[in-house]
Amino acid sequence: MTPDPPLLAVERLSVDFPTDDGPLHAVDGVTFQIDEHEVVGMVGESGSGKTVTALALLGLLPRRAQIRGSVRLRGEELLGRPERDLEQLRGETVAMVFQDALASFNPVMSVGAQVGETIAVHHPEVSASARRERVVELLELVGIPDPAGRADEYPHQYSGGMRQRAMLAMALANDPALLVADEPTTALDVTLQAQVLDVLERIRDRTGTAILLVTHDLGVVAGLAERVLVMYAGRAVEEAPVDDLFAAPRHPYTLGLLASLPRLDRRTRGSPLFRIPGQPPSLVHRPSGCAFHPRCQFRALPAPCATDVPGPVEVGAGHQAACHRTELVADVTPQQLAIGTP
Amino acid sequence: MRPPTPAPPAVPEPEPVGPSELLPSVEPPTAVEAQPGSAGQLFWRRLRRHRLALISIVVLALLAIACFGAGLFAPYGRDEQNLALGAVGPSWQHWFGTDELGRDQLSRLLYAGQISLEIGLAVALLSTLVGTVIGAVAGYLGRATDQTLMRLTDLFLVVPAVAVLAIALKKFGHDRFTIIWVLAALFWMYVARVVRAQVLSIKEQDYVEAARASGASGAWIIVRHVLPNCVGPIVVNATLSVAAAIVAESTLSFLGFGIQIPATSWGRMLADAEGTVGTSQSYLLYFPGLAILLTVLAVNFLGDGLRDAFDPQRGDA
Repeated sequence: MTPDPPLLAVERLSVDFPTDDGPLHAVDGVTFQIDEHEVVGMVGESGSGKTVTALALLGLLPRRAQIRGSVRLRGEELLGRPERDLEQLRGETVAMVFQDALASFNPVMSVGAQVGETIAVHHPEVSASARRERVVELLELVGIPDPAGRADEYPHQYSGGMRQRAMLAMALANDPALLVADEPTTALDVTLQAQVLDVLERIRDRTGTAILLVTHDLGVVAGLAERVLVMYAGRAVEEAPVDDLFAAPRHPYTLGLLASLPRLDRRTRGSPLFRIPGQPPSLVHRPSGCAFHPRCQFRALPAPCATDVPGPVEVGAGHQAACHRTELVADVTPQQLAIGTP
Repeated sequence: MRPPTPAPPAVPEPEPVGPSELLPSVEPPTAVEAQPGSAGQLFWRRLRRHRLALISIVVLALLAIACFGAGLFAPYGRDEQNLALGAVGPSWQHWFGTDELGRDQLSRLLYAGQISLEIGLAVALLSTLVGTVIGAVAGYLGRATDQTLMRLTDLFLVVPAVAVLAIALKKFGHDRFTIIWVLAALFWMYVARVVRAQVLSIKEQDYVEAARASGASGAWIIVRHVLPNCVGPIVVNATLSVAAAIVAESTLSFLGFGIQIPATSWGRMLADAEGTVGTSQSYLLYFPGLAILLTVLAVNFLGDGLRDAFDPQRGDA
């Protein structure tokens, strides 16, 4: 008996956008999978290909995007499927929430109508009153006070945090198997971030929805995700169970990210916050070999770091790093890097 | 990149809630809460606050009742002549005076209003409908569809309107239905362009993307998300077309291509009285002119009110 295919299996996904200066490699050969009920974090800075990857999963990229590789949902290939098939999946099996909740609501429709729309699109047989009941239930699930009354209000009458939670309600309307959350907390202040994370946690516990959490915030990932995928310049550079990633990062970029986090529990008085030197690379003219090598402290030049693109190296249970020098990285902790005594 | 992993760390076991339990049941629940502020009710609440729009509705309704009930209200027949009387100014017998054939101008104005109102409203409705559909499809689909539809629009825009009208009316007769569809065929392009431009900007909004991510189809998105956000410009354009159609009809009538005697319209009455400017009979101009002005103003105010009423952000409901 063959085991069930994973909920989502992405293999060597590449997305290029043609530009006047040549193709822009937004995503390059990203491979990962998400099991049922699993929460996977995808972290990386702006332009690392997180959002493009997320959009590619739902087939929402603009037509000029050139997509290669494979995205399989429960064993079924999604890339190249006709739009009509994808429409049936979106909002039903795979749902997505976006970063800007205000812009993601139609200003002339009540919030309740928009949350219910996902149901109306996929289940036209559901009566209006049943749909409304479900909407109120969903708004309650995401912690909107007075959900029955609030359902008739318009987006501009909601606060920022409520809108973000209402977005989650909209995405959850049909109880999707996978929720793709693209920077769900980025536009919010810390209190509201905590609320949204609470809701996500409740969603995971109550509905068993798998979540792909796209964010640049390592703290968000630490609190919610079971596994983490670190992206850099369109490539996956490290993948690990969340505890392993924070305890023992094996890619210099991850190490740098962790070292950059301000810590309250360690005395680093007098020393400035650590930062990774240099700038994120251009995705059109990417550095040769490992895209991180111009900023890397562990590099060996020219070979192999500037000549060969590193493949994933197995460094622990479920832990891979795409680095030629990962053994060296293992000997350094983020704290050592942060206070400058490697 | 990912070989089989050992059990991931401490996954909280999801509660056994099946998809079927979370989906709403198909049978209606027993007690449905009355919807205190449905979209329609909010719409009326916002419209009611717009005093000018309300007055306009009343004015338009009165005009329509008076004109289409002319058989009941008009003091004289449309073509009833009193050659002995001739042209006299407003009096108690003839409130709006009479023309040189002694025809009562109030009665003629009411009968003429039937045609003017009908043409104005029908042309606005028809051209707005056609223009909205073409503009929305062109803007939303883009690419080749957009190119084709917009070049078609340009083609209609450069056609010499009066010549086309003259030919069409000669060929199909001078009845008002011909006038309506020919005018509509010459009016829809403006709406189409405005709607297309709106759609181009609205389809880039995040809520359209969010609707796509919810699995909505293109047609659904156009109808539910894009067009409701274009209502303002569409309504304003429609009200302008009402005025333009009434005026265009009068131009046609003036040139002899429009409504044929003995039938008449406000535009035709204006055209007939054209020679009275600066004479003692200039009252023949004032009343049809005022009727057109009143209608156009009322329609414009109503359009304003409608536009505001469609926008939930104007005044909390």
